[in-house]
Amino acid sequence: MNALRLLVPAALMLLIWQGVVTAFAMPNFILPAPARVASTLWESRALIAENALVTITEVLAGLVLGAALGWISAVGLAASAWARRTLRPILVFSQAVPVFALAPILTLWFGYGLGSKIAMALLIIYFPVTSSFFDALMRTPEGWDRLARVMGGGKWRTLWHLRIPAALPGFLSGLRLAAVYAPIGAIIGEWVGASKGLGYLMLLANGRAKIDLMFAALAVLAVFTLALHRAVDLGADWLLRRRER
Amino acid sequence: MTAPGLVLEGSARIGGGRVFGPLSLEAPAGGWTCLLGPSGVGKSTILHLFAGIADAVDLDGRAEATDGAPLAGRVALMAQSDLLLPWLDVAGNAALGARLRGERADPARVAAVLDQVGLSALAHRKPGALSGGQRQRAALARTLVEDRPVVLLDEPFSALDAATRARMQDLAALRLAGRTVLHVTHDAAEAARLGTRILVMTGAGIHPVAPPEAPAPRAPDAPETLAATGRLTRLLLDGAA
Repeated sequence: MNALRLLVPAALMLLIWQGVVTAFAMPNFILPAPARVASTLWESRALIAENALVTITEVLAGLVLGAALGWISAVGLAASAWARRTLRPILVFSQAVPVFALAPILTLWFGYGLGSKIAMALLIIYFPVTSSFFDALMRTPEGWDRLARVMGGGKWRTLWHLRIPAALPGFLSGLRLAAVYAPIGAIIGEWVGASKGLGYLMLLANGRAKIDLMFAALAVLAVFTLALHRAVDLGADWLLRRRER
Repeated sequence: MTAPGLVLEGSARIGGGRVFGPLSLEAPAGGWTCLLGPSGVGKSTILHLFAGIADAVDLDGRAEATDGAPLAGRVALMAQSDLLLPWLDVAGNAALGARLRGERADPARVAAVLDQVGLSALAHRKPGALSGGQRQRAALARTLVEDRPVVLLDEPFSALDAATRARMQDLAALRLAGRTVLHVTHDAAEAARLGTRILVMTGAGIHPVAPPEAPAPRAPDAPETLAATGRLTRLLLDGAA
């Protein structure tokens, strides 16, 4: 049933795509037909797989590191009034810098390899994770907060045993957003300067007028992004259900 | 554990607004004092003052134990909402205080308390799998594990259905006996069943009302309980007018 719900729109999209190609007699170097992209995908599977692996590594590493850093930052902010006064304005202000504009600098600092792409993915997801988790940490239900105080709970123990678990849904909604943003970060990083990865492959294919290869790489990227989003979504739901059962 | 009495004198403000009085309230040591009144007269504020969690409240006066020692660490609080943590099982919730203080809860004691409130079989269930009455019994277990001489009750049974509420009242009266209980409620029948001292709080102040003679918990259908319920309801009606 679920697979069917996914297959029908996918089939519909392919049909429209093919329809546009046929109706407007699209040349291959503008919009190749789906069948042609599929055959390129198959013929160049080794090349695409090799580059996809690089992009997937960047995205997953950025996701894990960004989520971990966001987790630590949010907890630090929640624990310390000093940090809230001093660091939070900087954090909010830093959002005024378009993250994409940092890509060339990151390439300069971390080189053409994985490092600069992981840093880019990390940066792009850091703020949504931090802010969504931090907001949840600061909104511990009043009754629980009072109960902990009357019980004489220590600040750190209350944070650990009560406020952090209570804020888990907030962290997970940040993580869900992060799963969508992380691939964007990695691809931007690859466009600015890389020698591997799906974003790099797309630019390369474009430069050599291999538009079908470009579309094939794009299709793989889209499928991966969807799968990642779905996996994080399901994982988050499962975690929330499981801990209350 | 000798339970101290509670005494409050003075008036309270939040920001610029008056919450209550000048008024004076006494909850005798080891007794069950019901503070009955309509919503919004500041009953909960009084509990928060005794519990030491009334940050925003400006008390011009005193709220303290009659033995002069600080109340901090000698008070347990039970609210209308059960406040169970949904990710901990019943036993974990009952032992929450120890966990938050970094102490080790004695599992035998937790088990004994769960037995007292009839939740032994459900010790490893999470709150999501419990009925409303079972959840409130788990909250009572958490209060009992804390083992504090002063227990503050903030309408803990008001969300329960009538029969469950009556059973919870009996259980709480049995298990909290000997402690100093200050029980805020807006249910006249509840005050008539449980109070060894009954205070009616209205905008005009606090008036003691003689409780029925019979020892608490009184039968809900005993004539004197019903008569007291009637008297208290009448007072609330007149006070609100």
